[in-house]
Amino acid sequence: MKEYRTITQIAGPLVFVEKTEPVGYSELVNIVTADGTVKRGQVLDTSDDVVVVQVFETTAGIGRDSGVRFTGETIKMPVGKDMLGRILSGGGQPIDGGPEIVPEKRLEITGAAINPYARGSPEDFIQTGISTIDGTNTLVRGQKLPIFSGSGLPHNDVALQIARQAKVPGSEEQFAVVFAAMGITREEANYFMADFEKTGALERSVVFLNLADDPAVERTITPRLALTTAEYLAFELGYHVLVILTDMTNYCEALRQIGAAREEVPGRRGYPGYMYTDLASIYERAGIIKGVKGSVTQIPILTMPGDDITHPIPDLTGYITEGQIVVNRELHRKGIYPPINVLPSLSRLMNLGIGEGHTREDHKKVSDQLYAAYAEGNDLRGLVAIVGKDALSERDRMFLEFADLFEDRFVRQGLYEDRSIEETLDLGWELLATLPEEQLVRIDRELIQKYHPNYRKKAQG
Amino acid sequence: MKKRTEYRTQGVLKRISGPVVTAVGLDAHMYDVVKIGHEELMGEVIKIQGEDIIIQVYEDTAGIRPGEPVENTGLSLAVELGPGLLTSIYDGIQRPLEVLVDKMGDFIERGVSAPGLSHEKKWEFVPTVGAGDVVEAGDILGTVQETNIVHKVMVPPNVKGGKIKKISGGSFTIDEIICTLEDGTEITMLQRWPVRVPRPTKEKLNPDIPLITGQRILDGLFPIAKGGTAAIPGPFGSGKTVTQQQLAKWSDSEIVVYIGCGERGNEMTEVLTEFPELEDPKTGKPLMERTVLIANTSNMPVAAREASVYTGITIAEYFRDMGYDVSLMADSTSRWAEAMREISSRLEEMPGEEGYPAYLAARLSEFYERAGRVVNLNGTEGSVSVIGAVSPPGGDFSEPVTQNTLRIVKVFWALDAKLSQRRHFPAINWLDSYSLYLDALDDWYDREVSPEWNPLRAWAMGVLQKEAELQEIVQLVGSDALPDEEQITIEVARMIREVFLQQNAYDPVDTYCSMSKQYDMMKAIRYYADLARAAQASGATPQQIVSVRSKNDLPQIKFIKDYEPALAKIQEEMAAEFDAMRAA
Ligand SMILES: Nc1ncnc2c1ncn2[C@@H]1O[C@H](COP(=O)(O)OP(=O)(O)OP(=O)(O)O)[C@@H](O)[C@H]1O
Ligand SMILES: [Mg+2]
Repeated sequence: MKEYRTITQIAGPLVFVEKTEPVGYSELVNIVTADGTVKRGQVLDTSDDVVVVQVFETTAGIGRDSGVRFTGETIKMPVGKDMLGRILSGGGQPIDGGPEIVPEKRLEITGAAINPYARGSPEDFIQTGISTIDGTNTLVRGQKLPIFSGSGLPHNDVALQIARQAKVPGSEEQFAVVFAAMGITREEANYFMADFEKTGALERSVVFLNLADDPAVERTITPRLALTTAEYLAFELGYHVLVILTDMTNYCEALRQIGAAREEVPGRRGYPGYMYTDLASIYERAGIIKGVKGSVTQIPILTMPGDDITHPIPDLTGYITEGQIVVNRELHRKGIYPPINVLPSLSRLMNLGIGEGHTREDHKKVSDQLYAAYAEGNDLRGLVAIVGKDALSERDRMFLEFADLFEDRFVRQGLYEDRSIEETLDLGWELLATLPEEQLVRIDRELIQKYHPNYRKKAQG
Repeated sequence: MKKRTEYRTQGVLKRISGPVVTAVGLDAHMYDVVKIGHEELMGEVIKIQGEDIIIQVYEDTAGIRPGEPVENTGLSLAVELGPGLLTSIYDGIQRPLEVLVDKMGDFIERGVSAPGLSHEKKWEFVPTVGAGDVVEAGDILGTVQETNIVHKVMVPPNVKGGKIKKISGGSFTIDEIICTLEDGTEITMLQRWPVRVPRPTKEKLNPDIPLITGQRILDGLFPIAKGGTAAIPGPFGSGKTVTQQQLAKWSDSEIVVYIGCGERGNEMTEVLTEFPELEDPKTGKPLMERTVLIANTSNMPVAAREASVYTGITIAEYFRDMGYDVSLMADSTSRWAEAMREISSRLEEMPGEEGYPAYLAARLSEFYERAGRVVNLNGTEGSVSVIGAVSPPGGDFSEPVTQNTLRIVKVFWALDAKLSQRRHFPAINWLDSYSLYLDALDDWYDREVSPEWNPLRAWAMGVLQKEAELQEIVQLVGSDALPDEEQITIEVARMIREVFLQQNAYDPVDTYCSMSKQYDMMKAIRYYADLARAAQASGATPQQIVSVRSKNDLPQIKFIKDYEPALAKIQEEMAAEFDAMRAA
C-alpha cells in the first residue's frame, strides 16, 4: 500500500492530503505518525487535487511528516458469534484483555437501509415491568423508543431496569444486549457494567465504550459499530437484540464539532443541517424483517440540554424515533421513581402490540382514559395555585385528586418491582374507579361492565 | 470561434463529496440524467459551471473515486406511466421496492436499476375509438382493467395526434404498439414523463366540491375541496402521519398517491400491511387497489428524497388526466426542503433563511401549483388534491418551510402538542386552523347534507370561540365564579370537543364518520344546548343542567355502527330528564 507524505493542512479533526492517486469517497485511512502510532480516519471529500480526511482519534502527533495510507475500502467491522460477552472500545478494539475477535464476517458499518417492502410489522409486546411504559407507552419488538432525560436524572436506572426485566411473555427466544457508550463518564460506565455483571447480562451482551476522555470524533462511529453488530446478531444469528445507546447528546456534540471544523454553514444552534439525516441513519437501523428470526429494538438515551424538549437533539430524535419516554425533573424532585412523565411520552407502535391477542382487550381504552384524566387533573394544579381548592367544582376536585393518586400509585414503583401487564391494567382500573363512572367517556360500556372494579366485585359475589 | 462538432456524452469524475459529485470532459444540460462510475449509479445534473458538471447522485457514493467514468444519457429524470402503477410501492426515483427485494434482498444496495413498470406483463386492452377516428394529444384510446380501477390509455400529451390508421384490442405489454396513426406515429400503453414538468391541462376549474374524509373536524369544520391544497404542520408526535393515513384511507377520491418523504420505514410497512385489508367505505373494494406508494425513508439517499415528491405528483397528474379525483399526501414536505438545503449547501450556494436555499419558496409554490381541479386535454374533469405535512423544528411555526407553505395553501390544519399530550385526537387546534374553501363549499353542504348544516357549523365554532374566552377567566377565578349562562356554554363546548371533535383513528367504527352521522351528532349536541337554555330560562341551576345523565352516553355513539336507534333513545331520555327538571 502506497504511503503519502503530502499532508498540507491540519484543522481540528481534518487532515488535507495532496497529490494522491484517485482515492475513494468514504474510504478508510491510516495515518502513521513519526513514532509509529497508527491513527484511523475516513475520507470526507476527494478530488484530483486534495483529499480531506477526518481522523477518529486525536490529531496530536500528526504533522506534515506523517505518512498517509489509503486502504482502498470503506470502514468494515469484523463480527462473529464470540463477540457476546466482550467489551470493546468505541472504535471496536477489545479492551477487556481478552483475545482478538475471530471474524466470521466483515460488514460495512454504514449499514444499508432495510427495504420497507421487506420489513415486518413490529407487534410483539415487550413487557418491561414498568407501568408507565407497559400500560401507557408500550414498547414492541423492533421499535426505536428513546429516553429523553436531563442531567442528573435517573435515566440510567430506568434503562437498566428495562434491560433487566424486558421479556416477551410466553416466548423463550434467545436475546442479546448491545450497549454503546458515547462520551459518558467512567463512573457511569462502571455503573452499567456492575449491573450487567451482577445480573449475568454481560454474557449475552456486547459492550462498546467511548468514554468522556476518549476522542470525540470516535463517537461518530461507535453507534454504527454497535448497530452493525446488532444487525449481525439479529438478522444472521436470529437473536432478539436490545440496543442501548447512551448518550446521544454527546454524539451530536461530536457532529457539531466536525461540522465546525469543516466550516460548514451551520443549522439550528450550530448543529449541522444534515443532522436529521445523520441521526436517521442510526435510528432507522431498528426493526424486524419478514421471514427472518431476530429483531433489533433500540433504546437511545439522551440528555436534553436545559431540559428543553425543543432543543435540536431531542427534537430531531423525536421526529425519527417511534415515540419517546420522557424523564421529568419535577417528578424526580417529588421523590417519585421512575420519574416518567407520561404526558409528553408516547409510543407510536403501541397500537400494534396491544389489545386482544397481545395484552388485553381493554388496554387501549384504559390507557387513553388514564391519560385524559391525568392531563385534566394536572391542568387543574395550575388553577389551584391561583384560586385555591375551594373555587373548584366537585368534578374538578376529583380529577385533581386523581392526578396525585396516579403519580403515587401508577407512576411510582420500585427499582426492582416487575409488574405484569395484568397488574398494571388492574391498577389502572383501580385508579379510574375513584372517578364517577360517567366520567369515563373514553371507554365503551361493555368494557366498563367487564373490567370496572364495581362490576367485578358484583360478579364475584 | 470554433464550432463544437461533437456532443460529448462521456466524461470523468473530478470530485466526490457525499451526494454531490463533479464531472468534467462531457457536455450536459440541466437536469440530464447521468450514470456515475463503474457501478453506473444514477444522478442528475444540477449545476453547470464552465467545464464542471455538478451532479446530485441518487445512491450512496462511498468508494467512488475521481477518474471513474461518467455518462450522460441526455434524458431528463422521468417516470414510467401506464398500467401497473396501482398497488406499487416505489422509492424516490420510481424503482419498485418489491422488485428490489427480489434483486438484492432485504437491504437496499446500490447500483441496481429496475424499471417502474413491468415490461413483461400483458394487459387486456379494450379500444374505445376505432380506425378512421381522429384523436388529439391526451385523448383516450381505450381502457385496461388494472385493479378494480379502470386505467384509461391515452395519447401522450406530447404526441400531436391525427387520424387512426389501426387500433387493436387484445393482450399487450406496455411496449407493444396498440395504435398507429395515419402519419406513422406508433402509440403504446407506456408514457414517459419528466417529473419536473407539470402535465398539461386545458383549463383550471374552481374547487367547489369537498373532499370528504370521514374525519369530523376536517369535513365538519375545516374542509378541503377536491383539487385543493392543505398543510398539516405540527411538532413530532402530534398526528401528521396518522391524519395523512386517515385521509389516504377514507377520503372519497378515486386514486391515492402517498409519499413517505424522508420519514420512517415502519410507517410505510404499516400502510403496506394495513391497506390491503381495508375496504373503501363506498365501493367495498380493497383500498390498496387505488393506491400508489412512494417510500424514500429518512435513511435512504437524500437526493432521491428530493426527487420523490416530483415522482409522486407526476403519477397523480397522470391519473387526473384520465378523469379521476386523485389525492396526494406528502409526509413530510419539511424533509424534502431539508434535502434541498443539504444539496444546496454542498453546492456552496448562498444560503437564505435558516440555511435553506433562496429558491425554497419558489419550489414549494411550483409544487402546490400542480394541484387543482381541471378540465383535461381530453375534456374529462379530474383533480389532484395535495395535502402536505410540515415538520417545523421545535414545533415552531414561524420557521421558513411552514411560513412559505402557509402563503400558498388554502387549508391550514394546525396540530397542537398541548392537545396530543392530552390524547385529544386528532390534535388539530380548532382556533388556529382555517379553511379558505368554506364559502365555495357552502352550496354543496346545503344541497348534499342539509340546509341546517352551515348554520350549525357556525354555531359550533361560535361556542368554541366563546369557550376560549371564558377559559381565560376561569384560569383566574375558577369555573364556579362564572355566570350560570356561561357555565352552560362551557359544558356545551366540552361536549363539542369530546363528542364531535375527538375521533379515534384506531377504533374500527370511529375511524370513519359519514357526513350524515357528523350532522346527526352535531344536531344532538345542539339539541342538548337548546334544552339547557330553555331549562335555565325557567329557573334550573347549572348544576342540574350539567348533571343530566343521558348526555353522558353521547360519546358512545361514536363507537356504534348503526347508531340511529341509540341516538334517538339518548335524545328521548334527554327530553325526559329536562321535563322532570321543569316539573320539580
Ligand atoms: N386521530 C388519532 N387517533 C388516535 N390516535 C392518534 C390520532 N392521531 C395521532 N394519534 C396518536 O399520536 C401518535 C403520533 O402521531 P403521528 O405519528 O401521526 O405523529 P407525527 O405528527 O406524524 O409525528 P412525526 O413528525 O414524528 O412523524 C400516534 O402514534 C397515535 O398514537
Ligand atoms: Mg409522522
